Amino acid sequence: MESSNKYIITFIIIMTVIAAVALAGMREITMSASTKNEEIFNKRSILLTVNDYLGDGLNVSDLTDEQVLKMFKEQVEQVVINQKGEVVPNMLAEKIDLAVEKKKAESERLLPLFVFKNDKEKFYILSVRGSGLWDEIWGNIAVKSDLNTIAGATFDHKGETPGLGAEIKDNPSFPGQFVGKQLFRDGEVAILVRKGGSQDKMYEVDGISGATITSDGVTEMLQRGIANYLPYLETIQN
Amino acid sequence: MAEILDKVKTVEKEPFFGPKERKLLTDPLMDNNPITVQILGVCSALAITSLVYPSVVMAISVTLVTAFSNLFTSLVREYIPKQVRMIVQLVIIATLVTIVELALKALNFPIWKQLSVYIGLIITNCIVMGRLEAYAMANKPWRSFLDGIGNGLGYGAILVIVAIIREILGKGTLFAGSPVEIKIIGPNTTYLIDTTTNTFFSWYANNNLMVLPAAALFIIGILIWIHRSVNAKLVDIS
Repeated sequence: MESSNKYIITFIIIMTVIAAVALAGMREITMSASTKNEEIFNKRSILLTVNDYLGDGLNVSDLTDEQVLKMFKEQVEQVVINQKGEVVPNMLAEKIDLAVEKKKAESERLLPLFVFKNDKEKFYILSVRGSGLWDEIWGNIAVKSDLNTIAGATFDHKGETPGLGAEIKDNPSFPGQFVGKQLFRDGEVAILVRKGGSQDKMYEVDGISGATITSDGVTEMLQRGIANYLPYLETIQN
Repeated sequence: MAEILDKVKTVEKEPFFGPKERKLLTDPLMDNNPITVQILGVCSALAITSLVYPSVVMAISVTLVTAFSNLFTSLVREYIPKQVRMIVQLVIIATLVTIVELALKALNFPIWKQLSVYIGLIITNCIVMGRLEAYAMANKPWRSFLDGIGNGLGYGAILVIVAIIREILGKGTLFAGSPVEIKIIGPNTTYLIDTTTNTFFSWYANNNLMVLPAAALFIIGILIWIHRSVNAKLVDIS
């Protein structure tokens, strides 16, 4: 049966309206739950960088969602800094999205900084974002209070190859390698991922074989991303 | 007059869940499996089967989408203008997939993160549209619904079988990432400290090939081979 144009257009319009209403309704219903989930997910990955220092032998993976939020509220101080290294008042670091900041002019970009405190020490958690082989990669690096030694790192990615580039997240031994390494040498970011195995044990970690571009992407992301924090780190060091 | 009466009779005779309906559910599982016989939906079967838990979630999502898109298409099949039927089918599928994705994001964020683009790619899964064109456009809603469930389960069954093989050989675990994660083979974390509490085959080193999509291709190939050699109906006589 061939239908008239009028019928087709009416049918399509009605169908589109029904689909749009259904989707809009569904989004409204799920909005609050999914934003909360995302927040907890991000906070978990930030706390994971200081997993060894949570105290009481706690592990991030054992914490319930409520405990994550509570710990974040009580032990994490959120600081937003600008490119000159000054603290921007009245802003929360969790509201800063590096993907959005990347689109701004370089001098206007803001940086999130999370300061985790336990009974003895302070940890500065820096966020970095860069490109892997297929898509964006990002990570959080926790630095001890000497502002040089790495306490822990987590990485995540959007679409790296499973088993190769995706190992930066899936294989805990890759971020694990960063623990204890030094970030800076003579005031410059020296940490890097070396293809074929690290040579300088103070500053280098082993690359992932078969994932050279992702490994190089991690190096580039760390060197550029951490350099952005240098002005601020220098002010608190003095 | 007699002809019309006959027609009415056959309509009344249609049972709610008779042998024909049962066949709609069992056929895609064995004789007419979407993956191993029709070779449809292989792309997503390669991509997400490295772990069992995401595969189960994917199987459920696809089953829901095939079932309800079949149902809705069948309900409006008399009214769909022939010239735009593909667009109409696509809108129905896309709406349902987006609803599933939103629900998943609200209910289980980490698994949504893991499946990432593949949930959205259910839209392009050939099984869904194939069933709409081949079955739902010509059959009654209830049967179309069952046909959708059957095909979703047929797809899901292969997905889970492949994922079980890949996860055991590639990671040594089952249901990793879910609350019921168990270690099947390979050394556990304390193996080097305490060799008395090891798991089965604690000498086993994870096979990284199994994590790559290529492994899924081999496994699906072998499954097709086994399926055809067991089921004489599938072999071409010519």
